[in-house]
Amino acid sequence: MALLQISEPGQSPDPHQRRIAVGIDLGTTHSLVAAVRHGSAECLPDEQGRVILPSAVRYLVDDKGRTRRQIGYEAMSAQAEDPLNTIVSVKRFMGRKLSDLVDPGRLPYQFEDQPGMVGVRTVDGVKSPVEVSAEILASLRQRAEDTFNDDLFGAVITVPAYFDDAQRQATKDAAQMAGLNVLRLLNEPTAAAIAYGLDNGAEGLYAIYDLGGGTFDISLLQLSRGVFEVVATGGDSALGGDDIDHLLADAALLDAKMQAVTPQDKRSVLVAARRTKEKLSTDGSAHLSCALSGGMLSVSLTRERLAALAKPLIDKSLASVKRVLRDAKVKPDEVKGVVMVGGSTRMPAVRDAVGAFFGQTPLTDLNPDEVVALGAAIQANQLAGNNVQGELLLLDVLPLSLGLETMGGLVERIVPRNTPIPCARAQDFTTFKDGQTALAVHVVQGEREQVEHCRSLARFELRGIPPMAAGAARIRVSFQVDADGLLSVSAKEQLSGVEAAVVVKPSYGLSDEQVANMLREGFTTAAADMKDRALREARVEAERMLEATRTALAADGDLLSPEQRAEIDALMVQIGSRCDRGDLDALESATKALAQGTEAFAAERMNRSIRQALAGRKVDQV
Amino acid sequence: MNIDADDFTLLGLEKAFTLDRAKLDAAWKAMQAQVHPDRFAAEGAASQRVAMQWAVRVNEAHQRLKDPLKRAAYLCELAGVPVQAQNNTAMPGEFLMQQMQWREALEEAAGQAQVEALSDEVTGQRKARLARVTQLLDVDANAAAAAQEVRALMFIDRLLEEIDARLEQYEDAS
Repeated sequence: MALLQISEPGQSPDPHQRRIAVGIDLGTTHSLVAAVRHGSAECLPDEQGRVILPSAVRYLVDDKGRTRRQIGYEAMSAQAEDPLNTIVSVKRFMGRKLSDLVDPGRLPYQFEDQPGMVGVRTVDGVKSPVEVSAEILASLRQRAEDTFNDDLFGAVITVPAYFDDAQRQATKDAAQMAGLNVLRLLNEPTAAAIAYGLDNGAEGLYAIYDLGGGTFDISLLQLSRGVFEVVATGGDSALGGDDIDHLLADAALLDAKMQAVTPQDKRSVLVAARRTKEKLSTDGSAHLSCALSGGMLSVSLTRERLAALAKPLIDKSLASVKRVLRDAKVKPDEVKGVVMVGGSTRMPAVRDAVGAFFGQTPLTDLNPDEVVALGAAIQANQLAGNNVQGELLLLDVLPLSLGLETMGGLVERIVPRNTPIPCARAQDFTTFKDGQTALAVHVVQGEREQVEHCRSLARFELRGIPPMAAGAARIRVSFQVDADGLLSVSAKEQLSGVEAAVVVKPSYGLSDEQVANMLREGFTTAAADMKDRALREARVEAERMLEATRTALAADGDLLSPEQRAEIDALMVQIGSRCDRGDLDALESATKALAQGTEAFAAERMNRSIRQALAGRKVDQV
Repeated sequence: MNIDADDFTLLGLEKAFTLDRAKLDAAWKAMQAQVHPDRFAAEGAASQRVAMQWAVRVNEAHQRLKDPLKRAAYLCELAGVPVQAQNNTAMPGEFLMQQMQWREALEEAAGQAQVEALSDEVTGQRKARLARVTQLLDVDANAAAAAQEVRALMFIDRLLEEIDARLEQYEDAS
């Protein structure tokens, strides 16, 4: 097949071919997909020309007993009539247990208390938030593929800067389940700064105030010469416009002395409250009306009333802002600019309060709903290698401290928050009893001293420690955090060499196999389709690997001895031959073999590239 | 260039305690621009893994060098005199007396002003000791004496942390 035609070594088949890479803002209330086209980032519209996809998924069973799902507007319009099966704001449940949810009784769902992550019971069975998010992502992926009439090379997906490891991992799992190659998880505020072009010449400290539907984030970015350094992040993963909708709905019900009894009622009054809130951003007063089972609700509300209702929430956000500034040892007037993100920043009360706090007018030129997706698209374009001259480099930090449980339920901090990532840290522990042969390792994330106030990420046991006197064993626990902020942990007893390791999947533990199964079962119906798709994806991956290797050989092939070169060439030919046979497993293992077989070469190339860069530096200095 | 090179060599800086923070940051960013995994996102798993190892190493070097105490301890270690803070807690009696006085002062402090005065005094001591570390490492090449200063500074930093925590309580209350 043409896709995998092996070209002469050192020649890329078509070096000018652009790779399609998109940025996806997977938001609490709505999601968007954007891409760089004709040199600038733009959000991709659906067939009706709408760029916003409401983050809503409805599961339903039709007359013939077949299960279906509706996604986006279709689901939204059904949420009042079918609230139990229409899941909105699912991002709030990502990587969360039932006990983590604030006031689940106020939500119209039948929650299922599953170990690790909460589930929602629907007509189509219990759905995990990861699956629901995957439906949304798959829908956006489809939209992008239809737009370009091509497969996607990869996607940058945004997450709140405040997301912990469990939430980030859940997001990555969802993307994987939707068949997306995740180039990077990007913090939303960082994406917003990129969209505002703050990477071009802007220097200094910038605050990104992001009040979305379900999460509030405040980030402090230090910008200099194309480097984005996240100085500090903070926020509240359970604060947003949804909360304001609830307050407004409660106020309207109280005014009218009515109650929302049924799930339909609860949903209807929330939908009406959101509409009224949006209207109050432009008008001084507005009507909130909707039909409830107990009669018609109709109340008039003013902008001042909304501002008064929202004030405690806005103040709560500003308290987070103060905390972050204090962490970074920065005064409000040292902040050079404030970027506003998220639909809730359209509220005049929010803009006024933020402007007053920082003593300057915040930036609001770009559509606050779109900025995050636009920034992600710019980053995706660069990561895909389409913008070779690009200077953009994000140096990110860990949002929340990582630690281990020690004696007495206390937390020993191993990697403090705001440490630049990727990073690795190790700490030595010992046994506390004579003859102790096992050690339980409990990994937690958070800022508090006590284990029960931190998030439990993983537990594992190091077994087979030879019996020794208490305190004699030397157990080194190593943490590694990658550029997406995802953690892996290993423990090793130094004297005996006994070791154990986990990739920290949150304890709800969708294993890679489960994800793969769901992927195979989930988004296509016919078995043949599934196989086709898996094979097609394996071919794309193989082609990616081949192309990378060809480029590397062209640039630095002289580093290899003839024997080494022959080995790599053989591995490449092997992929080509297996690709045509349509044997999925054989192709996947050949691709893996090439990745492993070129690792030493990659290390040599890195050494050379750094040597060259350093030589360049000296010339510059002369 | 080698990933196992010492922090200073890795970042192309002179092996000395005196260090220009702006220069360190610039070197760190320049190096990350070369090695960060994002630079290799389109280049396959092998490059990604190598880039990850390098980026971790460069961040480690930057974190260590930007902190004066860690930098001093590292220089002592490179000179063959590890600080060994855990195993070597024997401090001169005079210093321990001073520590006890400071801790009593913190416990008995009545009000923010007194804690701030203590903070100023301890910070002054810290500065003087850091100046001595500079002299010992960069001029006298006396790593053994510098290591002793570093151990004293570790005590002082722990005390300063407690003082800061107390000051934060006052700020939160106000």
